Amino acid sequence: MQRATLDLWVGIFVVAGIAAILFLALRVGNMGSYDSASTYTVKASFENIGGLKVRAPIKSAGVVVGRVSEIGFDSTMYEASVSLKLDTRYKFPKDSSASIMTSGLLGEQYIALEAGGEEKMLEEGDTLKITQGAVVLENLIGQFLYNKSEGEVKPPALR
Amino acid sequence: MNGLLDSLRGIGARVIDSIWRMGVATRFFLMTLLQSGQSFRRFHLIIREIYSAGVLSLIIILVSGLFVGMVLGLQGYETLQTYGSEEALGVLVSLSLVRELGPVVAALLFASRAGSAITAEIGLMKATEQLAAMEMMAVDPVARVVAPRFWGAVISMPILAALFSAMGILGGYLVGVVLIGVDEGAFWSQMQAAVDFREDVLNGVLKSVVFGVAVTAIALFEGYDAPPTAEGVSRATTRTVVTSSLAILALDFILTAFMFRGV
Repeated sequence: MQRATLDLWVGIFVVAGIAAILFLALRVGNMGSYDSASTYTVKASFENIGGLKVRAPIKSAGVVVGRVSEIGFDSTMYEASVSLKLDTRYKFPKDSSASIMTSGLLGEQYIALEAGGEEKMLEEGDTLKITQGAVVLENLIGQFLYNKSEGEVKPPALR
Repeated sequence: MNGLLDSLRGIGARVIDSIWRMGVATRFFLMTLLQSGQSFRRFHLIIREIYSAGVLSLIIILVSGLFVGMVLGLQGYETLQTYGSEEALGVLVSLSLVRELGPVVAALLFASRAGSAITAEIGLMKATEQLAAMEMMAVDPVARVVAPRFWGAVISMPILAALFSAMGILGGYLVGVVLIGVDEGAFWSQMQAAVDFREDVLNGVLKSVVFGVAVTAIALFEGYDAPPTAEGVSRATTRTVVTSSLAILALDFILTAFMFRGV
């Protein structure tokens, strides 16, 4: 096949395009950080997940150890059922507890995983028993106001 | 009374005419797709079109990408600074480029740079009866002229959009980190935490492919359908830029509504 300078330019163009997509994938995006690593999935049900989203990080001691893979509603228990995809490099005891936290005042929500004391480790398909849902700001303020007014006037009818 | 009737008739004729044109355009598009097998067998034709649509658009795409990214860096910094979260600059620049500005602005530039050239070229070929001459020689002009241009431009478009986004992010980095002094580690790491390859980057690429098909199909049809006069070709070229810009923006709305509806 004949080679022309035209082919060279087109070759450079295509290689630059592939390089740009690789740059977007590896440097800008998060390909290769979690999707490629092998994972195991455990479930947890929460009373209230607040603003938790799919792909939210799961942190233990502040280190990201996995991501939320699925959020559903359990219509028998009326609770949110959340699937946690954890990196196989990190093992946690069976009685570990999960709670939903917020990073910063207005930041995104994540699941904090606290290791328990049991000797058996979590496996694929296990369910976390001890969970704590998200703190809803309105409830907190309501409770605070209620306590405050209670301290001042003490409505006896409610007791 | 008569004037009213005439204007009604005029509106009706215009509507029927545009529907007719739509039908012809669809038939033309399907014909192009049917004839593309032949043009893939003669790949050097497509290579030449990638050169004229893609490589020759490189400079305008790279330079505008860089400047768009730099402006995003400056403006984003100004706004984020009031909330004390300058570190989120990387997220802002990269997400807006990868999801929206990269595909859309690159496609708009592509429509005015390459789309208009395609229309003018084919329109002129028709005006100077080159297409008719091909038909006389039993060469199908759709297979020889139209299909290679279609595929050359459709292949070029996502590459150009990806280059635009990459250049824009580099521009945002230049202004944000090098010039203003946002923390470099936070800039990249927050960006990596927020940008998902499948959700954001691949959807952006998909968008640019759709835009490429739309722009090229419009440009080819306008050229092929142009009245074979100097005025007709110039009008067709203008119409290509206007129609494809509108098509890009409308398609972008539809695609965005499908792709990023939140989780």
